[in-house]
Amino acid sequence: MKILTGNDLPSGDVIWWTGEGWSRHVDDAVEVGDEAQALIAREDAARRVNGAYVIEATRDGGSVRPAHIKERIRALGPTVRLDLSLKPADPAAGTWVI
Amino acid sequence: MVDLVFADNVLRFRDDDVVSDPAVTVDAFVDAVSGQPNASAVRVEPGDDARALLPHLDRLALVEVNFPAYTDGRGYSAARILREHGYTGELRAVGDVLIDQLSHMRRCGFDAFVPALPISADAAAKAFATWPEVYQKTVDGRTPIWARRHPVA
Amino acid sequence: MYQYDNYDQAMVDARVDEFRDQVKRRLAGELSEDHFRPLRLKNGLYLQLHAYMLRVAIPYGTLNSRQMRALGDIADKYDRGYGHFTTRQNIQYNWIKLDEAPDLLADLAAVEMHAIQTSGNCIRNTTADHFAGAAADELVDPRPYAELLRQWSTFHPEFDYLPRKFKVAIIGSETDRAAMKLHDIGIQLVKNDAGEIGCRFYVGGGMGRTPMIAPVIADFVPPLQMISYLEAALRVYNRYGRRDNKYKARIKILVHEIGADEYRRQVDAEFAHILTLGLEPPPAELERIKGYFANPGFEADLPDNVDLSDPDFALWVDQNVHAHKQPGYAIVTISLKPAGGIPGDASADQIRLMADLARDFALDELRVTHAQNIVLPHVKKADLYTVWQKLDAAGLANANLDLISDIIACPGLDYCSLANARSIPLAQKISERFADIGRQREIGELKLKISGCINACGHHHAGHIGILGVDRKGTENYQLLFGGSEAADTSLGTIIGPGFNEDGIVDAVEKATDVYLAQREDGERFLDTYRRIGVAPFKEAIYG
Repeated sequence: MKILTGNDLPSGDVIWWTGEGWSRHVDDAVEVGDEAQALIAREDAARRVNGAYVIEATRDGGSVRPAHIKERIRALGPTVRLDLSLKPADPAAGTWVI
Repeated sequence: MVDLVFADNVLRFRDDDVVSDPAVTVDAFVDAVSGQPNASAVRVEPGDDARALLPHLDRLALVEVNFPAYTDGRGYSAARILREHGYTGELRAVGDVLIDQLSHMRRCGFDAFVPALPISADAAAKAFATWPEVYQKTVDGRTPIWARRHPVA
Repeated sequence: MYQYDNYDQAMVDARVDEFRDQVKRRLAGELSEDHFRPLRLKNGLYLQLHAYMLRVAIPYGTLNSRQMRALGDIADKYDRGYGHFTTRQNIQYNWIKLDEAPDLLADLAAVEMHAIQTSGNCIRNTTADHFAGAAADELVDPRPYAELLRQWSTFHPEFDYLPRKFKVAIIGSETDRAAMKLHDIGIQLVKNDAGEIGCRFYVGGGMGRTPMIAPVIADFVPPLQMISYLEAALRVYNRYGRRDNKYKARIKILVHEIGADEYRRQVDAEFAHILTLGLEPPPAELERIKGYFANPGFEADLPDNVDLSDPDFALWVDQNVHAHKQPGYAIVTISLKPAGGIPGDASADQIRLMADLARDFALDELRVTHAQNIVLPHVKKADLYTVWQKLDAAGLANANLDLISDIIACPGLDYCSLANARSIPLAQKISERFADIGRQREIGELKLKISGCINACGHHHAGHIGILGVDRKGTENYQLLFGGSEAADTSLGTIIGPGFNEDGIVDAVEKATDVYLAQREDGERFLDTYRRIGVAPFKEAIYG
């Protein structure tokens, strides 16, 4: 599926389009279909996102997995500082990005 | 120094009349045979060699330097070269001229500005006042910091 | 070291005001990202994988203890408690918020620091020999010239929108500790037969996707014409450097395409013109700056001996301490490369500890090295043991300088939006594989450098062993290079064969060191043996 991501303008946080707004968690991402360009234009103009773009991903139950490793690292955080990632309690989180 | 004035859509540091002659290309200007040897205004594009104008400075009243994209900085060198060789006519930055570049352009010798997206005279005046002092000697007559530190008696 | 006067301070203060206004306009929607991006980049603010990243300039890698302490405090106040020292002698913070960045810059300005021109297509922060003013082999102290250069390049109005970024390094000894020939401009201060100082200009070096070693363009420019020569060299580049293809826009491509002779001819013509304009600061200005770098307070008649009875201390002294020009003093390098650690990272507490050590034991000075380590340049030999004990207690007494685990690594795909592969996990695995210090010392000097993409921030072309991360159909793959050097014997490494996965590359590095140990002759480093015997025995062992 195609999902939409970007960074929050003031904080720079990685964010994902949920259909209604933006979330820090990739699992909240939804298929954006044909709306993507209009969404990007609207959200960018409202300064709710910076540099939004569409990526490929797959959904398996409740989890969403971006197709490319770069986006998986964006979704998690630095694999060398899992304490600062979105899954600080999961020592195996780093293997998810590979 | 002449104050900033806003006249005929041109931001200027000049008190003479705005030159309204049509600007011709550098090639047309310097080519005495097939060009336009009577033109008094020329438009310099980023790829043009401003040095080609040096033999003709005395018949120039206006040099427009075009910035198709503000990221292309060749126009800054073109401006300085013209001033360093004694050009005193209007030197006008046109095109993608943004508020954040105005101060540097002035330092390189531009004394007129026609931004594609208009800039108010107030905002421009603030931009020109960005730097209280300057580190380099250029062609704008400002005294660089090193000269202030070591005033010549 | 240099101290700002009111003029210098006014410039950085004005910059903070300007950036605060620009951020306000961006957040209010008056500036689009397309127009804001180059403005924030000129203040070192990137948008990276996880957040904004701010790169702070450390001019020619020199800091005092107050500045270092401020860097630690900033890590706590605006970031997540750590900072990353870079291959350009700067520090960068990985978790900065755009709306807090102006306050951070104001905190920097309060200690005479800034983030000016640490990114963007302009003249970047000047780098220099990290042992400047201390090294026993120094001919001329490059720091006054570097400071002159810093002021000249700051907000230079003509060269703010160059075809591409522009990096200058300056050294003043025969030993090149600054990778000088791999810069857009490298300046070596030399003395002629009459004993006069001059600037030798190397122009058109660089790493990136087209690595090149800079040729000499001017052999001897008088120091009081250095700025004029730079104006000429930059003007030719600004006018004629390629702008049609960002991958061919660095000055090395211009010099290569028109040739060193033609480039020199154009610069000489421009130089002759510029000399008529009086752009050069007067001799008194260079003398004023030199005054700040004169004797930082050396004591005379200090004992020159060091008690080496503690074997761990003796090991560290042997590996991480260098000869000082002043009797009774030594140069200490603090390795930020613990086994399994992240090269160049330091916690806020470690940064503050290093600041305290500089204040108490190093005449208030620190340096950042391009190898991502920290130098205490002026330590009394009598204080070495105390310094070592304090470092050891903070996990900072790694005795691995210039050994295989003293790895240069870029942030890679863990942080960087340009990267194709991760660099840090590789550095961690290699440093763990070779964690035994006795084994490392047996292998001896071996400079291993890792980049996570072709842009070569990890200097892989210049590693005795270099590693380049690439993206192969969505998985990380690593290419191995041998034979690079960024020292006075500058050379570029070459890829030896097909790439590896993460574990494969660690094994390949180990096999390479085995070949070296088996084949080396007396006194040879890994690089020397490689240069003598060629790649074949290594390929045989690694791919055979």
